[in-house]
Amino acid sequence: MAFLDVSKLTKSYGSNTVVKGVSFGFDKGEFISLLGPSGCGKTTILRMIAGFETPSSGTVMVDGQDITSLKPNQRQLGMVFQAYALFPNLNVGDNIGFGLKIAGVPAEERRARVVDMLKLIGLPGFETRYPYEMSGGQQQRVALARAIAPRPRMLLLDEPLSALDAKIRVSLREEIRAIQRELGITTVFVTHDQEEALSISDRIVVMNAGNIEQLGAPHDIYNTPKTRFVATFVGQLNNLDVTVADPVARTVSLDGQIITVPNLPAGISANAAMVLTVRPEVLSVGQRPGNDVTLNGTVEDVTFLGSVIRIRVKLGHNVVSLDTFNDQRAAPPQRGEVITVTLAGKDLLVLAN
Amino acid sequence: MKQNRFWAWVVFLAGAAYFVVPLAATFEFSLRMRRDYYSFDSYASVFSDPAFQATFSYSVVIGLFAIVMGIVVVVPAVYFVRLRMPWLRPFMEFVTLLPLIIPAIILVYGYIRLYNSSSIIPFTGSALGTDILLVFAYVTLALPYTYRAVDTGMRTIDVQTLTEAAQIAGANTVQIITSIILPNILVAVLSGAFLTFAIVIGEFTIASLLNRPAFGPYLQNIGANRAYEPAALAIISFIITWGAMGMINVLGRFAPRTSARTD
Amino acid sequence: MMIQAPASPAPPRRLSFEWLGVAPFIIFALMFLAFPTLYLLAGAFIGRDGQFTFDNIAALFTDQIIAAYWISIRISGASAILGAAIGLAMALAIIRGRLPAPLRAAVMTFSGVASNFAGVPLAFAFIATLGRLGLVTIILKTVFGLDIYRSGFNLLSFWGLTLTYLYFQIPLMVLIIAPAIDGLKKEWSEAAQILGATPWQFWRYIGLPILWPSVLGTLSLLFANAFGAIATAYGLTGSSLNIVPILLYAQIRGDALQNPGLGAALALGMVLITACANIIYLVISARSERWMK
Repeated sequence: MAFLDVSKLTKSYGSNTVVKGVSFGFDKGEFISLLGPSGCGKTTILRMIAGFETPSSGTVMVDGQDITSLKPNQRQLGMVFQAYALFPNLNVGDNIGFGLKIAGVPAEERRARVVDMLKLIGLPGFETRYPYEMSGGQQQRVALARAIAPRPRMLLLDEPLSALDAKIRVSLREEIRAIQRELGITTVFVTHDQEEALSISDRIVVMNAGNIEQLGAPHDIYNTPKTRFVATFVGQLNNLDVTVADPVARTVSLDGQIITVPNLPAGISANAAMVLTVRPEVLSVGQRPGNDVTLNGTVEDVTFLGSVIRIRVKLGHNVVSLDTFNDQRAAPPQRGEVITVTLAGKDLLVLAN
Repeated sequence: MKQNRFWAWVVFLAGAAYFVVPLAATFEFSLRMRRDYYSFDSYASVFSDPAFQATFSYSVVIGLFAIVMGIVVVVPAVYFVRLRMPWLRPFMEFVTLLPLIIPAIILVYGYIRLYNSSSIIPFTGSALGTDILLVFAYVTLALPYTYRAVDTGMRTIDVQTLTEAAQIAGANTVQIITSIILPNILVAVLSGAFLTFAIVIGEFTIASLLNRPAFGPYLQNIGANRAYEPAALAIISFIITWGAMGMINVLGRFAPRTSARTD
Repeated sequence: MMIQAPASPAPPRRLSFEWLGVAPFIIFALMFLAFPTLYLLAGAFIGRDGQFTFDNIAALFTDQIIAAYWISIRISGASAILGAAIGLAMALAIIRGRLPAPLRAAVMTFSGVASNFAGVPLAFAFIATLGRLGLVTIILKTVFGLDIYRSGFNLLSFWGLTLTYLYFQIPLMVLIIAPAIDGLKKEWSEAAQILGATPWQFWRYIGLPILWPSVLGTLSLLFANAFGAIATAYGLTGSSLNIVPILLYAQIRGDALQNPGLGAALALGMVLITACANIIYLVISARSERWMK
């Protein structure tokens, strides 16, 4: 049995169902992200796990215990909120020690744990500071320490990084992951930022409109998205209009050029129009080992992004964008220039709509 | 959670009873002028009393003057302090809190002693002078509310940007205040005005000690000499207060909600 | 902003304009707040002969005046503390008690009205309710057989006056404390819950400590509000009740005959007591507001 087991969880507000029978299970120590656009139900699921929302139906089990009908204060979970939510009237030490105080831990032991926690989050000696005296990043680290100080069974993170500056967001994200690994605490992380989810998680639950679109490890989600929604929500995507050449040989025609597509599903009729998708980094300018398709195109636009150069190329009647690494010794292609684009037929994806 | 809501209802209903019962009792009492059945005779008696009409209109006029003077005193000051003299803010805050701490009876006693007929500014030496003094006394009483209403109004419209935009367009300071700032804080100013009105209309202490024929002293006089009319007057006063507050509520819906900054 | 003008003093014309705008306010504050109050309070130390004296202050220490101060302080204190406690409970009930939303709007509007419904009309209302012939008095007597006046109640007593003052004290508390309660973030209560706290523990350690400075501030305001109130008491009793504002009122009316210095001393005592209430508030709130910006 999984450590965290969510089964057929449903939440309706009147006639509006925001979570539609979601089930998933995760093992102890996993870092799980719930990823999706706003309104997809990810936060509602987290709040049902925490106990702030009561499910319309379904159950939440933690470590074999059914907690569906427990009050939040009986669940022994830790939670970090988007807007820090530190208690403004308590200093850092008292904030971190709050859960321990409620649990009746003696003052001496509490103080020792606070010191440990502050060391863990890299803010030693901050006990007597008040929340208003600290930056957002520091406050969120204290909030993390407060959540894990009572040694909860699980850690819930509700978009904890979205109120922070871009730079701090990245460093704190790495820090959260390091602390989570060190403590081995099962963590559920809610985010709408795909980069965040990809970089931090063991597994990702991609959600849309109250349903799970796909559940898997970050590289599965990115490399083999099961649905068009997942493919577009996670990463960039190019569409190629093609017609089926030979369904048995799994070949399609792209502007007259015949390409073998291993992913082509069976049971498609010849000459049917279809859309193949391909990630920008799969396309390369010039030859690359393993690429079996060569196309010629005209450069429409070049965007310099620093380490990466994004080029928009017109290939027949399709326009694709592709990424190449910046080469300091070579100038990027110019608009109107004709270039050779190659790719591997096996990297072309066929997505259900 | 359920329990939480239960107690909320208990508190609310107990409070509601405390506030509604006196109103109901007063209304019932006001209808008892005829021995055997309910009638509105006490109201008819009040409205037909020439003293009622005279004192009420006197208080309305004084109230209107107090509102206008309040705007003249407060609006430019708040505007310039917000715009160019923010260091004066704590001073303004302190001064506008004083009327809540210094009782009205002490203010009016001070006026009587300082501005008596033999002083440099003998306000109390003539009826007109005393009327003027009464107007300013009411501006003082309403100052905490007028100031806060206007200050909140100016905060929501971002005075700085509006002023700069108007200056670029070539407006001078008087034009900016009268044709840009005032219309934009009209709702706030009117809220302050109605609150001033509610405070002034039945005010007793100051009007009585300055010996002015205002509505408050009239109420007190009726209370000492009649039986049923006071109850009718209490209901009438309550309705007037409710009307003024209702106007503030209605105005609140027109208040500008866009706010560029929330400093 | 492209180019900052050099930090030279503003042109004099504009400077004078600013002062012209603020001048009415300052002149007004001096003429109608500062000078009259200071002049009056200084008068407490001036005898009939125009010399400096403590006689007026000493004259305050008669049984009647001390009793008047004492009952004023008790009524103001009781109506402020009860008003603050009940007002806080009501505000919490309508804001955090998950009552139907229209109820909140109704209570807030009513509070605006009731907090301004002080003075003579309020006295009338309570006479019609709890006076000897008041509706509630009569209902209690005829229906429940309880004669409240025979069992010691009197509208013109400490409890009668306190009960009447609560009619404007409670709504004032509701109006002032509501924004502070709105300022309590939902996440604070959720964070406390997930850390194991019961609702009671949340209020004990987080909610009430955060509200405490606002509650104290309002408490001192309510105290001053009741302490200076005269119209309500006067409307209830005429000049028969021995509280400080009524004593002062009588003193002013009869100024020509009596000692003006004594009136000034009475006023000084009132200002000192309301000032004390505010100083106590400032001291306590400074200690409890360490965590505020």
